[in-house]
Amino acid sequence: MGITFRKETFRDDFTFKNSPEHIRRFPFPFHEDAYMYAVNIEPHVVGPRGSVLENLIDVDEHYVAEMQDRALVLAEDPLRCQSLPHMTLAGWDLLELLMEQQALGYPEHFTLTRDGDRWRWINRPLGIDDTFTFGDTSTLPYGPMEYITRQSQGDFCILDQRDGNLWMDAGMVTTQADWSLDFDIGMNFFEWHAPVPLAHEKGIFVRALKFLTNIQQGKPARRLNWTMTINPRLDTSPENYHKWGPDRATVTPDNVGDKVHLRVELQSFWRLPRSNGIVFPIRCYLIKMDELVTQPKWARRLHRVIRDLPDELANYKGLTRYRPALVEWLSKLDDGSPTSPGFGPD
Amino acid sequence: MAAKSIISRPVYGTLSPQPGKHHLFIADAEGALAIAEMAGRAPPGFFDDAEIVFIPGLDGKHAVALEALKPAQLHLAPSFASLLPRLRQTLANAHMGLRVYLAGTEGLIGQAMQVALEAGIDHTSIQTEHRGSLARRMQCVHCKGITENVTTQPATCAHCGLLLLVRDHYSRRIAAFQGVCINAEDRSEIPPMEEIFR
Repeated sequence: MGITFRKETFRDDFTFKNSPEHIRRFPFPFHEDAYMYAVNIEPHVVGPRGSVLENLIDVDEHYVAEMQDRALVLAEDPLRCQSLPHMTLAGWDLLELLMEQQALGYPEHFTLTRDGDRWRWINRPLGIDDTFTFGDTSTLPYGPMEYITRQSQGDFCILDQRDGNLWMDAGMVTTQADWSLDFDIGMNFFEWHAPVPLAHEKGIFVRALKFLTNIQQGKPARRLNWTMTINPRLDTSPENYHKWGPDRATVTPDNVGDKVHLRVELQSFWRLPRSNGIVFPIRCYLIKMDELVTQPKWARRLHRVIRDLPDELANYKGLTRYRPALVEWLSKLDDGSPTSPGFGPD
Repeated sequence: MAAKSIISRPVYGTLSPQPGKHHLFIADAEGALAIAEMAGRAPPGFFDDAEIVFIPGLDGKHAVALEALKPAQLHLAPSFASLLPRLRQTLANAHMGLRVYLAGTEGLIGQAMQVALEAGIDHTSIQTEHRGSLARRMQCVHCKGITENVTTQPATCAHCGLLLLVRDHYSRRIAAFQGVCINAEDRSEIPPMEEIFR
């Protein structure tokens, strides 16, 4: 059975919603009633049926709408997709990975057939049927990275590995939590993470880099990250901060449930076979508070996490202005009873 | 000296003579003094293979100090923009063994570094020494325009007019600090503008 793709928007009238099945599969990021940075990296292996880990590249009911939103962002600001000249081969690596994974996980929606270098790619949800020569950029309407990431949910950063470091040398970034590819492109791992508070002092990035530079082909890894977003807006870029920032001042005790969204990034890390680069998909999942609190365990836990978050982190994540209203709203759903261990709902 | 900051913010050192066949110095204003002081630590004949390009700035001082070093070439330029074509050609024609030294304001070091990077020179091989103004080059993350010689926090974007927080986050590729709207969430909040990058 195929996925029923929702018609919905991530801007203007904000009609984005999760179906009940998608609420249950939401990747809730807190395994206990508190949060602090950790190198929470684990092997990216297939998880339970019905979870976002059922396939290593997840396609869900928001696929078509997310791809439409990406096209709108790129039309306004083509700098969201950039690739330095030495990164084209890595772009082909990524195209292969995403075509293979999407065709493997969702054969009713995607088909890849190969005859030597002659490839045919069918993407039924987006109405695409293209035949091209693998490795020959002139046979695609865009560069290989842009072509396939216009057809894949999530942001994608391709990192070049050299001098014992990782360099942000290519990316498609339209659903980001307030960082700029255009500014950060060409930076190394420590430089592009420079603005993150607290984590440098804890040695997080030194350990994370060591782990990432040792990732092997066929053995991807993953971690979860999170923030919050007002309205289900995918494009919370710094470029447009002056347009979406005012949303944060619109939260009132009456509209928390509808306006405030938990934003979870499923980040995965894959070694690329030809270029020896690493691709870093950052898949964004949104859920509004009204949907999230249908799972009582998540409501209680989120209340405790947000209430007890260090101010520095709350500030970095941009929660400061509406945190009191959110905590007050969530507190009514927290009877103080214990929460069960682990991420999942009860 | 600039205060300790985040990792993307450039760190400058003190110029020191490097082993090499040719030496290219790019400096502005008080950066000349950094070169003159380094000369005291250089082996005899060091400047016989050196080219110095210098932007004296408004007060026009310090060129005499550089003349006294008797470099193979001394080129005076009225501005960085006017220097660019020459600098690009020099770097494009450079051979192995060229060493690059940058001294002066952050804006000069950043822009010269940018041209050197484009020519394929690794940034860690470039000697830098900061002298003079701490005024910043700032890129507006919203309209992408560059504002030169920013001395205040916050600062107004010279292109789109938004009031920007001047971050310490720095891009060598753009040769600029990042400016982000400081009152995006409520435009009626107007923090006082203080002169802090002098």
